[in-house]
Amino acid sequence: MKKVEAIIKPFRLDQVKKGLSEVGIKGMTITEVRGFGRQRGHKEVYRGAEYQVDFVGKVKIEIVADAAMVADIVKVIQDQARTGEIGDGKIFVMPVEEAIRIRTGETGKEAL
Amino acid sequence: MDTGDTTFILICSALVMLMTIGLALFYAGMVRSKNALGTIMQSFIIIALISLEWILWGYSMAFGPDKWGIIGGLEWFGLRGVGMEPHTVYATTIPHQVFMIYQCMFAVITPALITGAFAERMRFGPFLLFSLLWATFVYNPLAHWIWGAGGWLGRMGALDFAGGVAVHVSSGVAALAAAILLGKREGYGSEELRPHNLPMTLLGAGLLWFGWFGFNAGSALTAGSLAGSAFVATHVAGTTGALSWIGMEWRITGKATTLGGASGAIAGLATVTPAAGFVGPISAAFIGVLAGVGCYLGIMAKNRFGYDDSLDVVGIHGVGGVIGLLVTGLLANAAINPAGADGLFFGNPGQLGIQCIAILVTVVYTFALSYLLLKLVDKIFGLRVDLRDERSGLDLTQHEETAYNI
Repeated sequence: MKKVEAIIKPFRLDQVKKGLSEVGIKGMTITEVRGFGRQRGHKEVYRGAEYQVDFVGKVKIEIVADAAMVADIVKVIQDQARTGEIGDGKIFVMPVEEAIRIRTGETGKEAL
Repeated sequence: MDTGDTTFILICSALVMLMTIGLALFYAGMVRSKNALGTIMQSFIIIALISLEWILWGYSMAFGPDKWGIIGGLEWFGLRGVGMEPHTVYATTIPHQVFMIYQCMFAVITPALITGAFAERMRFGPFLLFSLLWATFVYNPLAHWIWGAGGWLGRMGALDFAGGVAVHVSSGVAALAAAILLGKREGYGSEELRPHNLPMTLLGAGLLWFGWFGFNAGSALTAGSLAGSAFVATHVAGTTGALSWIGMEWRITGKATTLGGASGAIAGLATVTPAAGFVGPISAAFIGVLAGVGCYLGIMAKNRFGYDDSLDVVGIHGVGGVIGLLVTGLLANAAINPAGADGLFFGNPGQLGIQCIAILVTVVYTFALSYLLLKLVDKIFGLRVDLRDERSGLDLTQHEETAYNI
């Protein structure tokens, strides 16, 4: 089992979600996050005082899936989240030791 | 001069001013959070912009000395001659300036209503220019035709108590022109463009309802029985509008929604506006029901036509205004307001024809002029934000602010 964690531009979320369900992904968790990387933040002005806002709003998607699915998932996210402009985000893949479905107690792949 | 009337109209002016703030919140709750401030700003700044336009030339164009029944002259430019003496025709018991400032609030809210149609995608500068041009060349002539001394629609006998022609039909039709010309928001039909804060929308709807008593009862222009009757009719239509709208939803989609309740109340209030001072409470209840059902269906129709009237200005104000003017031709009762006339149901079938002419003229004139003005501003400055700005939102790209910070 692997966990795929992707940080993307918020307005691409619907497209990514659509693409993922087309390759058979049945669930995911998303969080509204703020952060920065190479993309610069932006300026805000309140009564003439400038504020440099470094943290840009992004959406983090988390999916735990069978290792065999990871290549598909990564491809879909990359295709759908990509605008070609700086700030498109990143994808991280990491191993998952165990998964448990709380209601039934199923473990491993059965719990996904 | 009557101090009671003067007090009443001053308070009503303040109430109608508050409606535009209510509208700002009503609309802002329905957009995405990245456009909350931009949406509020469009209504808020119109209060400042159009009030100035009104005292400089707007009031004179709408209510100034009549020229051929179609426009007021500029003799009252900058309120020259509009002093504390009552006017001999308009509101004869209150200072002329009090009547002027009351009418100012109507001129203000009308272009603010249109902003719902182009929500989330209009550039701020061109929006200001369009609103100024629209107020000058659409609102002022229409207000003159229906309410100005000598205006041709009023002289023909068209009945419009508080703003079916100049406020609701005109903003609804301008909204249609704007929605068609600006095109859809990115993601319309494919993404979830959900309201971000419905409690804000409900608060706005409540303020609108509250202010509407100033709008309709105040249109009696005296603090007497007619104001009382218009107040009651207004409230009754708001209630039946809300109830019939949630009834429709309940039947068709299975649940009554808060946004439906708010929308239905606004539909009922908008629809009773032209009739408020001519009908009794039971007629008003009937008007509210027609509004709830009619405007609900009007909004459903939008999806079929495929234009993106983002916050349903056409469905609520356009459809509601047309229904309101029509039913005024059916249900008007001269026993309630001797200055009005009887409608079809009270033995005067001709009134319905006059109302139809008023509607037709308003729709055609408003659509043509609005389209022309939008096209003009678009050609010179460009109405629509570019795609990248649309994705980032109006708050950040038009105003360099954000509504919500952690």
